[in-house]
Amino acid sequence: MDAIVSIKQVSKIYDNGFRALNNVSLDIQRGEILALLGPNGAGKTSLISAVTGIISFNEGSIFVDDKDNVKDYRHTRKLIGLVPQELTLGSFETVWNTVSFSRGLYGAKPKPAHIEQLLKDLSLWDKKDDQLRMLSGGMKRRVLIAKALSHEPRILFLDEPTAGVDVELRKDMWRLVNRLRESGVTIILTTHYIEEAEEIADRIAVINGGEVLLIEDKLELMRKLGKKQLIIELKEPAAAIPDALQGYDIELGEGGASLIYTYDTSAEATGITRLLQDISAAGLTLKDIQTSQSTLEDIFVDLVRDQPAQEAGAAA
Amino acid sequence: MNFQAIRVIYRSEMMRAWNTLFQTVASPVISTSLYFIVFGGAIGSRIQTVDGVEYGLFIVPGLTMLTLLTQSISNASFGIYFPKFIGTIYEVLAAPVSFYEALIGYVGAAASKSLIIGIIILVTANLFVDLRIDHPFWMLTFLVLTCVTFSLFGFIIGLWADNFEKLQIIPILIITPLVFLGGSFYSISMLPPFWQTVTLFNPVVYLVSGFRWSFFEVADVNVWVSLGMILFFLLLCMAIVSWMFKTGYKLKQ
Repeated sequence: MDAIVSIKQVSKIYDNGFRALNNVSLDIQRGEILALLGPNGAGKTSLISAVTGIISFNEGSIFVDDKDNVKDYRHTRKLIGLVPQELTLGSFETVWNTVSFSRGLYGAKPKPAHIEQLLKDLSLWDKKDDQLRMLSGGMKRRVLIAKALSHEPRILFLDEPTAGVDVELRKDMWRLVNRLRESGVTIILTTHYIEEAEEIADRIAVINGGEVLLIEDKLELMRKLGKKQLIIELKEPAAAIPDALQGYDIELGEGGASLIYTYDTSAEATGITRLLQDISAAGLTLKDIQTSQSTLEDIFVDLVRDQPAQEAGAAA
Repeated sequence: MNFQAIRVIYRSEMMRAWNTLFQTVASPVISTSLYFIVFGGAIGSRIQTVDGVEYGLFIVPGLTMLTLLTQSISNASFGIYFPKFIGTIYEVLAAPVSFYEALIGYVGAAASKSLIIGIIILVTANLFVDLRIDHPFWMLTFLVLTCVTFSLFGFIIGLWADNFEKLQIIPILIITPLVFLGGSFYSISMLPPFWQTVTLFNPVVYLVSGFRWSFFEVADVNVWVSLGMILFFLLLCMAIVSWMFKTGYKLKQ
């Protein structure tokens, strides 16, 4: 696959000395949905701002569609749409006018049919003549998405698009993201809702302290780092783990009512068959068996646990 | 050149004035009328003529300049400051818009609004006095140059300001006193010699004088000096804006 955005050794130090990005390198593949995960102040917004041109960076280079985003900013910026984290909208403009304004800013000629379709897709059509100050928070979020899509970008940055929005809008947005991906748009999503990344992303990048800790295919990541647990409920509670089972990665559940066996899903042999035989041989009687797999959230928490976030900088 | 961007920025700024049309039109009309009542009526009844021009007529160019300068600065400074304040500036920064295109959009709109206001003031003045313009071309030249120059100056203030106090401080503490002391309502020849010399350090004197010359061929300083001064100030503002854009001063972190 070819990279539509290529970030090479980018560092950003704000005027107050805060290093928001530290030698970040990252390739974003054409047509993928990349989820950028990280705690507050990790550098997610700074990274997006550097790619989109909102902030300058101190070191490194960024290529969009093989063009330098500083030297060839006219070409690169036309390809990008951005939905910012904050609900930054005026007050007295109408929905129609503000979306049309955004299209014009990107140098695109007026195309009312496109704006109309966009507003309809985002359930904003009946609000097109309303002033922005009259809209609810969720509606404003939709307007920001419409503005970002007004010039038909090929790359869309969604900076925490579902923060503080209701379930209905979140699902609407997921549907929209899927439709955009089907039309070939590359989507970069930052989110605090890990289930969101788990649901829609192709790849996951984890950023913390201004550094990219990993970038990995979502399923591969979950396979590699994900743990699976076998929970064996016992008919009679056990006082301790029998000696015969000491060789297993096993622990006693609450009140001794269950045994919890953690195993690697990617290993050639999980050891489950032998474990069950050994449990039976140890004189324990099974009541029920269930399995659980670690979520992306568990993986994320594990990854950033040992690297506490730096103090958030002004725009990080 | 991103003409679409210039068009939408210009249109959006003009729409802002349109949305407050009453304020935009009523404010200069009312303040001009009040000045005519106070200066033209009350004071003018005691001062028959200045440099051979009826006092009510004499104050028209200065009155127009007073409003033009303050309106150009406030329109342009607010136009760029407000997007910075509410955060919508991100859109302009992320768009394929050069700083100069943004400048043309914002300053062009602010200057257009000032020009319209200037014309409204002159029309209003014509209701009170029998207005005469000896050199319409030069009148328009001074009008346009002043609108553009002080809109640029306002744009600089809007970029520099990071709170509302800073936005107001230069227009209130510097521009308004300079205009009042710049011969808007009197000829500097009416001042004692020492103050005449001091006044020549006030750049507004040159604007008012040149503008007044285009109406009545009456001037405190040579008209070419006036033109040179306004062009110098225009170039100075452009140089500052150019530096601000190159360095991303107060715009880009």
